[in-house]
Amino acid sequence: MEQYVLSVKVENRSGVLARVVGLFSARGYNIDSLSVSKTEDSEVSVITIVVHGNDRVIEQVKKQLNKLIDVIKVYDHTNIPAAQREIAIVKIQLTPVKRVEVFQIAQTFGAEIIDISQKSLSLQVVGHPTKIENFIDIIRNYGIKELIRSGRVSFARDRA
Amino acid sequence: MKGARQVVESLIKENVEIMFGYPGGVLIPIFHELHDSPINFILTRHEQGAIHAADGYARATGKPGVCIATSGPGATNLITGLANAHMDSIPLVVITGQVSTDMIGNDAFQEADVTGITRPVTKHNYLVQDIHDLARIIKEAFYIATTGRPGPVLIDIPVNISNSDCEYDYDKPVDIRGYKPVYEGHPMQIKKAAQMIKKSKRPVIYSGGGVILGDASKELTEFARKTGIPVTTTLLGLGAFPETDELSLEMLGMHGTYYANHTVNESDLLIAVGARFDDRVTGKISDFIPNAKVIHIDIDPASVSKNVVVDIPIVGDCKHILQELINIVEKPDIAPWIQEVKQMKATHPLYYDTESKKLKPQYVVERIYEITKGDAVITTEVGQNQMWAAQFYKFSKPRTFISSGGLGTMGFGLPAAIGAQLGVPDKRVINIAGDGSIQMNIQELIVAVQHRLPIVIAILNNGFLGMVRQWQQLFYDKRYSQTCIKCAPDFVKLAEAYGALGIRVDKKDDVDEAIEKALSITDRPVIIDFTVEKEENVYPFVPSGKTVKETILRELA
Repeated sequence: MEQYVLSVKVENRSGVLARVVGLFSARGYNIDSLSVSKTEDSEVSVITIVVHGNDRVIEQVKKQLNKLIDVIKVYDHTNIPAAQREIAIVKIQLTPVKRVEVFQIAQTFGAEIIDISQKSLSLQVVGHPTKIENFIDIIRNYGIKELIRSGRVSFARDRA
Repeated sequence: MKGARQVVESLIKENVEIMFGYPGGVLIPIFHELHDSPINFILTRHEQGAIHAADGYARATGKPGVCIATSGPGATNLITGLANAHMDSIPLVVITGQVSTDMIGNDAFQEADVTGITRPVTKHNYLVQDIHDLARIIKEAFYIATTGRPGPVLIDIPVNISNSDCEYDYDKPVDIRGYKPVYEGHPMQIKKAAQMIKKSKRPVIYSGGGVILGDASKELTEFARKTGIPVTTTLLGLGAFPETDELSLEMLGMHGTYYANHTVNESDLLIAVGARFDDRVTGKISDFIPNAKVIHIDIDPASVSKNVVVDIPIVGDCKHILQELINIVEKPDIAPWIQEVKQMKATHPLYYDTESKKLKPQYVVERIYEITKGDAVITTEVGQNQMWAAQFYKFSKPRTFISSGGLGTMGFGLPAAIGAQLGVPDKRVINIAGDGSIQMNIQELIVAVQHRLPIVIAILNNGFLGMVRQWQQLFYDKRYSQTCIKCAPDFVKLAEAYGALGIRVDKKDDVDEAIEKALSITDRPVIIDFTVEKEENVYPFVPSGKTVKETILRELA
């Protein structure tokens, strides 16, 4: 199954998210990632949905999304130039001895240290989902105590 | 103006003449206002009856059906009716009461998350959270229910909203940025369709419920006559094209005619109008129309290429698009094809054993058709009764066949007949029922008695849940698990207990007299309990997931 990225512009009202995700759950699809937030217009939100599926089903879901009264517009970011970003925050068990090593890795990924104690270190990394995966893979060697990731946001780039 | 008053005022402004429903605690403020309103309120005996009646009213009249039910159980009793209307695209505005906004989410008495429960079975729904939104929401609800692809819209109104006050303004026009239905078909697509039609050698029109909803029967008929292309309709499309016309192939699908299914299967061009390629129509989808191109006219873009890949989609209102097509289309050269189709019609007509001395259900339907001269409004329940009604009553006018198509809701026919009879008081309304289905909403009989509605309920009583029994007979070694209704009420006495007339018919010879007697009654409903052949089956039968080549035409010896 392929991965699809949909960016859905909706009315910023209660119940709208439930309508949107209901179209996926009703078809037995698990949403891989989801983010919702206001836009430049406080009455409009953008919902970014990452989901696995096939062309036929996603095409149908897009049409059904368009049918929802509270959906203003559906954009498919799957195959267009778009900046896709996620945030991950990871806490690792770390004695001061190994800190320098980790600092170097953090620097390579542009990760930010957001908490530090005698026994642990917490890092925040922002970027394309692939970069985040790579970062997590490397940092895993130090023993991850806690990991949280945001939903993805996707921003269509202007054509040159 | 008080919220409750605003609700009633708005309904009046929307020209609501009749509404159906059932009161309850949180609705008292609204019922207080309804008490002396000009709206004819029909108190049903169950909320499911109310919503099916509103649905039947909408199907018979073309106007939106309106019903109201209280919070909690009142609202949950509407769910089947909402799903039913949603599947068949019937315009309904449904109002439910809700507990006070400060109680929502606290498991208050008779509380249910109604907008949550009804989300997948409504076209749209609203929870009114601010009195200032109330008038706008009601206006939007009517607009959304009746435009584009129609459907049910629910408004959940908390009791404190009904009791609060604000200035009332119903004149502001509706403007919903996420909802702009398309009506005009794309001219290029229409032109391409006309060219494809002209070039076709074996075309067929497949017309659905959308033609009736879109009031496009006249255009469909003109289009068929101008091009000389034969027409088959879906169950919900019955009546859009006169079945007495020589171009009519009648109904297609699982229990469609042999000639409808074979014409479609052997076509080189399928012109789908307001139809959605339901599995009961297509059978095994991979083998459906192996050689045909497809033109699909539909108001709902989501219907296009959903089940079947379409060559020329035309999204818009079918009345509009058919008129545009009529203007430019040329008659294709299809004389040999028409000859072939006529041959199929002649060699494989709908069949049942007309010679039998026994009382056959098909015979009852045929006699109802003959005696009413095809002029009645027929409602059905779901199952064998529905299929025999569809097959053996010849429909010639739109909005004369009222049946639960997509959802297949047993218990729909009687309340729908009540709604239809109230909507078209000058017509005779006949509910063709089974002895199983009729018991699912029999409580509504008293509503017909109360309002002196002369509905005829023709029960094709075979002592079985016949359609499931038929499947068990053919595919499950005749193990009639729970399909034999071993204990049934005496429907004649039941009619009498309700104040209706009851007639029992056991013999073929008594059928006409009973139907004529029933039709002579004009001030109350009549139940005719036809004791029909117990194990009669519906044929032709394309078994689920099979192709037309595997059609079972009649009883295997």
